[in-house]
Amino acid sequence: MPSPPDLKYTKEHEWVRMEGDTGTVGITDYAQDQLGDIVFVDLPSAGTTVSQMQKFGEIESVKAVSELFSPVSGEVSEMNTTLADQPELVNDSPYGEGWMLRVRLSEPSEIDRLLTAQDYDEFTAQEDS
Amino acid sequence: MSLEDARAGTLRHTPLIDEHRRLGARMVPFAGWAMPVQYAGIVEEHRAVRQRSGMFDVSHMGRFEVHGPEAARFLRYISTWDMTRLATGEGHYSAVCREDAGILDDIYVFCLEADRYLVVVNASNAEKMRKWMERHVSAFNARLVDRHASTVMIAVQGPQSLELLAGVIGRDFVAALKPRRCGETEWRGRTLFASRTGYTGEDGLELVIDAGAAPDVWQALLDAGVQPCGLGARDTLRLEAALLLYGNDMDEDTNPLEVGLDWVVTTDDGADFLGRDALVHVKEAGSSRQLVCLKAADRGIMRPGCPILSSGREAGKVTSGGYSPTLSVSIGMGFVPEEFGTEGTQLTVDVRGKPLDVQVVPRPFYKRPKRA
Repeated sequence: MPSPPDLKYTKEHEWVRMEGDTGTVGITDYAQDQLGDIVFVDLPSAGTTVSQMQKFGEIESVKAVSELFSPVSGEVSEMNTTLADQPELVNDSPYGEGWMLRVRLSEPSEIDRLLTAQDYDEFTAQEDS
Repeated sequence: MSLEDARAGTLRHTPLIDEHRRLGARMVPFAGWAMPVQYAGIVEEHRAVRQRSGMFDVSHMGRFEVHGPEAARFLRYISTWDMTRLATGEGHYSAVCREDAGILDDIYVFCLEADRYLVVVNASNAEKMRKWMERHVSAFNARLVDRHASTVMIAVQGPQSLELLAGVIGRDFVAALKPRRCGETEWRGRTLFASRTGYTGEDGLELVIDAGAAPDVWQALLDAGVQPCGLGARDTLRLEAALLLYGNDMDEDTNPLEVGLDWVVTTDDGADFLGRDALVHVKEAGSSRQLVCLKAADRGIMRPGCPILSSGREAGKVTSGGYSPTLSVSIGMGFVPEEFGTEGTQLTVDVRGKPLDVQVVPRPFYKRPKRA
């Protein structure tokens, strides 16, 4: 299934949805499918500073742990506290209820360095081949 | 984030590779084999085995037959458990040790007839074990027959498994197999071996049959309602049952006594076997460390290699660890000095810099309920 066209993506399989100066961050459907059953998400709390392509947290599936990389730089304004009790939301709704962070961007121009949905889908198609 | 590269290049295939692909399994490299890690999802497959019935292609595990009048004596010589005690139709678990008591492999041996035995070894050790057995069998009137490539092995596990298997391979045959017993029957003109054993903490059978019959057996089990399960669920199931994994919880630098395998070390028969003197010495001197079961008190997941801390000082390392779908918390096993091995001891696991409180708990984490 094609990735949502209104989001921007990283090659590390995170997405960001921009609304004004705030970006909502999560991982892609492709990533959650590859990871399998997600059982724990470790996220930074509000007020933490994150940097583009720097690690901001960890996600644990039954299989393994993976690092999460921020698609944008800025200050975390909100984290999805629901994931503490329902990490499976990342599997069930990666672009909706499974979101992870809201970040107030310090460098909005960074968005241009990210992949479009089409670029990302071509990238994952290559990874699969 | 980084996704593991699960591509399977020049890997060996089991005779069921096409079945796995048809079922949409995710394949991963494991001990040189392309193996299914999951089909529907690890947690779903885990629950299928705990509640109903699931099957695993375990053809990657090495299988050898030992034939000849001195087959039992040979197997006793390489095993820490006295294999000469096995009667026809019985099986037993054992360690195979070097002279210095280091564990070369953990194996299951089945007595098919007085002069014919089946030995099942770990996939990762199959080549090493073949060489080890070839080296030692020459001193006995016995010979080794490698059945790895010519057969398939399928584990069918879970509370409904015996009932479902009865419909596929024969009701009387299945009913006669008591725990740890084995037997052979005929299935569509071929010899089918079955043993009442497994690696999940549930009841069930492990089957071995000619590779040519593999797709038919697999399909018959699917049709009976057995859910295909991958290595992912196999690992979470065996960890809940606190069953050891070679390469994680034991290796050549580990002896059977420090990992709780004293029950497979028999020295009272007086017979000579590889590792005997070293094991007698360890028995007398005691072990400096022991493998314990750890249960997390909080969120966070211990993984193999995580340091185990006591009062901030490193006391050992996690050897197996992960998430328990049954307990909904992280569980693991690891080595600690004897003084930290008591049940109830509070320890901390360093999960990549973050402390996770854990407690030493009784083994196993999960025991199947008694069923009427």
